[in-house]
Amino acid sequence: MKRIKTFIVALIAAVALLTPVAAVAHDQQQPPKTADTEYEPVTGEEQEQLPAAPLVIGAYAVVWLAVIVYLWSIWRRLSQVEREIAQVARRIEAGGRR
Amino acid sequence: MNKAFPLLAVVVAAMLAYAPVMIARTPYESTMGLVQKIFYFHAPSGIVMFLSAFVCGIASAVFLFKRRASADRLALAAAELTALFGVIVLISGPLWARKAWGVWWDWDARLTMSLVLWLIFMAYLLLRRYGGPGSDRLAAGVAIFGAANVPFVYWSVNVWRTLHPKTSVVPRLPPEMRGTFLFCTLTLLGLYVLILAARTRLEQRRAELESLHLALED
Repeated sequence: MKRIKTFIVALIAAVALLTPVAAVAHDQQQPPKTADTEYEPVTGEEQEQLPAAPLVIGAYAVVWLAVIVYLWSIWRRLSQVEREIAQVARRIEAGGRR
Repeated sequence: MNKAFPLLAVVVAAMLAYAPVMIARTPYESTMGLVQKIFYFHAPSGIVMFLSAFVCGIASAVFLFKRRASADRLALAAAELTALFGVIVLISGPLWARKAWGVWWDWDARLTMSLVLWLIFMAYLLLRRYGGPGSDRLAAGVAIFGAANVPFVYWSVNVWRTLHPKTSVVPRLPPEMRGTFLFCTLTLLGLYVLILAARTRLEQRRAELESLHLALED
């Protein structure tokens, strides 16, 4: 009987000791969810510690500025070529009349 | 120029105007917050940069092997657009990184390879501008190598350990973020097609001017 009692006490002690260890091991097996593998929307109130707005506005300003400047450069170059084509066409026409 | 051009221009302009509203309505990402919203123009710009590099490489191959001048004009237009969208990617990325990683730049595989890809197309443009006679064929070879570099840049985040988000981010986007991302991608693709058509038209008119000059000399 004493042996059975000792066995039960030892079993309870072992379970009590091993349960937190197993829980920690289980936690370690679960890879942490990071933003480099998956995105998920925030739940609850939004928390910002550093101001991100200037960076976001700056990024979008760069996109718009780059596209607008490039479109303007195409328009300017195309206008110049069209002017030159008109000039050369006039010269060819004048040469043909002589 | 194609009759569809004005219609596409109106559609793209409307999409460009609506994109910021859609981005503003999209929920914040849980770990990065507001700064993650740069993603909706940064990643599509990267996609357009890759597409443009492919267009330039394929058109250059057609020019080299079939001797089609129209392919060379398309390649030159696409190279300029690769450089343009490369600038957008290389500036918007560090603005995101400053908040998300705490640094403007890190010499990791994805960032370094993206910079190298952009430099290859800048080399193409410099060759076309200052290379002299025959530089068009030499530049076409450079463009083919530039296009071949694109798959390595894309897969770099999965092969090497980098700070940059992996390619799995896009297919795993939740529906409320996926819609915005697809809308912005379509908007920038439409914008790309429009600018490419306009830039190719410029090269076509330059070729016509050259023919007229030759006719005048004769």
